[in-house]
Amino acid sequence: MSNKQAELRSGKLTLTWEKRQLSSPWLSAAIPIFSVFMALFLSGAFLALTGFNPLEIYGAMLDGAFGSAYGISETLVKAIPLALAGLGVALAFRMLLWNIGAEGQFYMGAFAASWVALTFPDLPTQIMLPAMFLAGALAGGVWALIPAIPRAVLGVNETITTLMLNYVAILWVDYLVYGPWRDPAGFNFPLTAPFSAAAHLPTYGATRVHFGLVFALIGAVIIYIVLQRTKWGYEIRVIGENQTAARYAGMSISKNIMLVMFLSGGFAGLAGMSEVSGITHRLQHGISSGYGYTAIIVAWLSKLNPFTIIAVAFLLGGLLVGGYNTQTMGVPSATVSMIQGAILFFLLGGELLTRYRIYFTRKGENS
Amino acid sequence: MTSDQIIAILAAAIVAGTPLLYAALGEIITERAGIINLGVEGMMLVGAVSGFTVAVGTGNPWFGVMAAAAAGGAMASIHAFLTISLRANQVVSGLALTIFGTGLSGFLGKPMVGIVAPKTLAIINVPALSSIPWLGPIFFRQDGLVYLSYLIVPLLWFYFYRTRGGLNMRAIGENPAAADSVGINVFLLRYAYTVIGGAFAGVAGAYLSLAYAPTWLENMTAGRGWIAVALVIFAMWDPVKAMLGSYLFGGIDAMGFRLQAMGINVISPFFLKMLPYIFTVIVLIIATRQSLKKHIGAPGSLGLPYDREER
Repeated sequence: MSNKQAELRSGKLTLTWEKRQLSSPWLSAAIPIFSVFMALFLSGAFLALTGFNPLEIYGAMLDGAFGSAYGISETLVKAIPLALAGLGVALAFRMLLWNIGAEGQFYMGAFAASWVALTFPDLPTQIMLPAMFLAGALAGGVWALIPAIPRAVLGVNETITTLMLNYVAILWVDYLVYGPWRDPAGFNFPLTAPFSAAAHLPTYGATRVHFGLVFALIGAVIIYIVLQRTKWGYEIRVIGENQTAARYAGMSISKNIMLVMFLSGGFAGLAGMSEVSGITHRLQHGISSGYGYTAIIVAWLSKLNPFTIIAVAFLLGGLLVGGYNTQTMGVPSATVSMIQGAILFFLLGGELLTRYRIYFTRKGENS
Repeated sequence: MTSDQIIAILAAAIVAGTPLLYAALGEIITERAGIINLGVEGMMLVGAVSGFTVAVGTGNPWFGVMAAAAAGGAMASIHAFLTISLRANQVVSGLALTIFGTGLSGFLGKPMVGIVAPKTLAIINVPALSSIPWLGPIFFRQDGLVYLSYLIVPLLWFYFYRTRGGLNMRAIGENPAAADSVGINVFLLRYAYTVIGGAFAGVAGAYLSLAYAPTWLENMTAGRGWIAVALVIFAMWDPVKAMLGSYLFGGIDAMGFRLQAMGINVISPFFLKMLPYIFTVIVLIIATRQSLKKHIGAPGSLGLPYDREER
């Protein structure tokens, strides 16, 4: 038999693992869905143990997130930054660059866009919004480039450096909104003066759903086309899958590391720009409620596929809105990140099934 | 600055460095065995909250420390199962552990917010040693967990480099296939060292909630788990260097805090708070350059799942 087998004995039955020659498309789709359900089940058991009624809580979550037109629009509002940052994170992950700095890149994007809006309040919309767009994307990209350069040149671990820069970016924005940029008319709240109307992204009807949604959709299409249809996209995929092969083929790995990280940060920066321009209309303390971290889950749950990212961002946006809805029932807000972590655990465990076939055989029955 | 102030800052550096030291030692143990666990932040948070809860419940902070070690170990066993048995991606599993731990600790800690620990780890003045000028007040007027770390660091060093067990541990991190072929149980040992590493992270968390703060706050680790991971690289996987590095980082932490307390307004407190994070990035770059030059690197098989089939 060509497959070597690893065996793990349990009683008389033998658990046999066999490497799959081909991955099963059916399983690849089923496992993420299954892991979400398992995570909800496990978290539900935990909620029940700590004296909550999980069915009631999940009911309230579902109702809050998807039960009304307002709920769905709020879910979309949360999905926009998750999708944009998720697209960026996924792009980096594809090259095995662990950019977990989307949170900081988001903050820097929000900062730069706010700088444009506050410094040039009299710009007309058709100049203001593109300028904020560019400033946000650029700032996020540059913030990601800071850890990308030492990674490309020396191989400095980007996981730690990207994360450290999150704290720096958050403190920088805090410095501004508690200090020089604080709105004198803001009753001492940590926020800047409101932007002029020219700096507001258009919204749909009476909802808070803003034009950032279009950025996310177009971004997904562009990433898909670039990755699947261009030579450069092919390079990225090859580097991600086999660096040695890429090097032999003469691809420049360090150049691509910097480029991909810049783009990855750019998407997160854009998420920050669209949040200040579309939702808050000013820069404020805590402008992101952990979107950059949730984006990591969005990316992994989507298997890095840009279109799936949009759908998963919508679902996890619903989890955020639903979680918010249950806080009035006394459920701690931390429940949401607990569920998110559990989803990732089951997803990681389940991925084994896409790589191996596992079955039981009786002793001696092995072919 | 008077000598008393300098002594106070240095003593505070030990206190601020001790949680980093425990977390870094734990990560060194785990990484030496070939497993990278980026869930330190999450394990510390769960350790901090369980240590605090048990200390409040029993009135004995040492029960809290033990509970924290158990909680950290339990968290790490999830990572061990996913990465060793199921061969999942170690980076993503560690991230999941951090996200999960942040949520779990926030959930469990909600009733604890605002409670003052009735009894924290007591300061013990070591007889004779504590009256040595300079060294005494810096090193020997500390709490029990600090003294314990003074013992653990040389013991770990001895274990790593002078015992059979330590040799086996390094072997499974460098070349698990070779270790396996001479009969070392790679799977069992990797499990054990991952769980022990988690227990250390748990104790690190308990130090924050029972000695450093001493209270429970959501996300109170504030990135210390990640700084500890960076320290491991800075220390080149060596417990003694990890101790030096931890105190160095503790010093930066303590200095920022002191300057703020002394009301020095030249630099905004927001910039002072950035220092440890910026310093981590810079140190990591320097440490990576050094290890490139000296050809000392991470354990050979760090982060790679061991698969007997692919031997």
